[in-house]
Amino acid sequence: MSLLEIAGASSFYGDFQALFDVSLSVEEGETVAMIGANGAGKSTLLGMIAGLLPTRHGDVRYDGRSIARLAAYDRVGLGISLVPEGRRIFPSLTVEENLAIGTYRGRRGRWDVASVMELFPLLGLLRVRSAAVLSGGEQQALAIGRALMANPRLLLLDEVSLGLAPVVVGQVYKALPEISRDGTTILLVEQNIEQALGVAERVYCLLEGRVVLQGRPAELERGAITSAYFGI
Amino acid sequence: MEWVNALVQGILLGGLYALLATGLSLVFGVMRVVNLAQGDLTILAAFMALAIADASGANPLLSLLVVVPVLMLLGYVLQRGILNRAIAGGVLPPILVTFGIAVILQNALLEIFSADSQGLDAGPIEGQSLRLTDQLAVGWFPLATLLVAVLILVGLQLFIGRTQLGRAFRATSDDADAARLVGINDRHVYALAMALALGTIAVAGVFLGIRTTFGPLDGPVRLIFAFEAVVIGGLGSLWGTLAGGVILGVAQALGNQVNPAYQLLAGHLVFLAILAFRPRGLFPSASIRQQA
Repeated sequence: MSLLEIAGASSFYGDFQALFDVSLSVEEGETVAMIGANGAGKSTLLGMIAGLLPTRHGDVRYDGRSIARLAAYDRVGLGISLVPEGRRIFPSLTVEENLAIGTYRGRRGRWDVASVMELFPLLGLLRVRSAAVLSGGEQQALAIGRALMANPRLLLLDEVSLGLAPVVVGQVYKALPEISRDGTTILLVEQNIEQALGVAERVYCLLEGRVVLQGRPAELERGAITSAYFGI
Repeated sequence: MEWVNALVQGILLGGLYALLATGLSLVFGVMRVVNLAQGDLTILAAFMALAIADASGANPLLSLLVVVPVLMLLGYVLQRGILNRAIAGGVLPPILVTFGIAVILQNALLEIFSADSQGLDAGPIEGQSLRLTDQLAVGWFPLATLLVAVLILVGLQLFIGRTQLGRAFRATSDDADAARLVGINDRHVYALAMALALGTIAVAGVFLGIRTTFGPLDGPVRLIFAFEAVVIGGLGSLWGTLAGGVILGVAQALGNQVNPAYQLLAGHLVFLAILAFRPRGLFPSASIRQQA
């Protein structure tokens, strides 16, 4: 049984349909990447899994049960955490408070303030700072840390490298194997194909709201990926 | 000495204004909604205390034990049942809805209690005072009002600043979607905030009713004082609300000292001056500052 199974699901922004009949599955412990061009529906897909956007038609199953009708805040309790695009940290809370609020509905596990600070040492120096004054990279580390505080089984990462300096992107990606080490499942969205292929065990490619390619990085031809990515 | 006396009485009056404004400040701070029914809910609380005191013969201060929980429950239900839907529609719907609630409350109170002015009798404490010097005395009841206002505001500040639920209030105020992503039910948080706000309104209503007379149509005037205190202090800042209430009270008392006809005018002028020169108030709250 897969940890996450999406069967023929569609999703909308208001009247605009962003996902068409998407099916995919993610096994427990896997790291899976979702690639695709701007507007392909990658973020919509993560939003739908996290519960921010509605699932229309089809089903989203997690750990054997349908979660399609469940509110986003209830999905956190089941172990689904999303690091949203644009970080969305809480500016009026301090760094430490942003981490603390991550436990609001979370589960117990290996992640707490100490272990998150060990993963991202730069946060340790900023504990009592207002999160509003952090740099982009620091905010991204904090957003991932906040999600980890809930001790998720399924961690959803949306464009964590967007707008960050390459050296910072490297630091963020270096943390992923450490996160998945004890079996945390990761589904990440990435525009940078190289970055995605380097870290993922399997890749899905989305084009205009549909899955057009999937496979293991080693088995996929570059040409096929490029044409699936750009739709040519 | 007369001026010192006016200053002291103004500060004490400010305690009542701060109490009246706390609920408004809290609701605006958490959900960016101006509750236009604030004043009428305050009057509702005063009338509830009156009905309880009349029926039981107990001191109206004891009626707080009933009025506070009942209004808190009303706040939760109002938010969950009506206002959450209105908030989803943008900035204007919640204002219209609270305005509608205000009108309904005024007419319901008029229907039940008639247009007569009423007062709550809390017994001898109302007339007793603490003599500081020959010419300066401080009434026990106004002093108690100020202390209660400070205690409520300090308590709320500690709750919002130090507890996990308080953090959830601030997080939801910052970004409701992101709050849902850490497991916060934003609708529940909003309802809890409204319940807390109405709890403070209940206290304000009973203290107001003991201090002065009240009628079913007095809500809007109380709303204006509360609104002025909140704006002077800075929208969404609880400390600012305390300061705003005191500044408004002092302005009115000093105006009254110049000429009794100037009491309200002096308060309004200070409010206008703050709006003109420091439109975000004296102590704008952190989250609002960042949005600017």
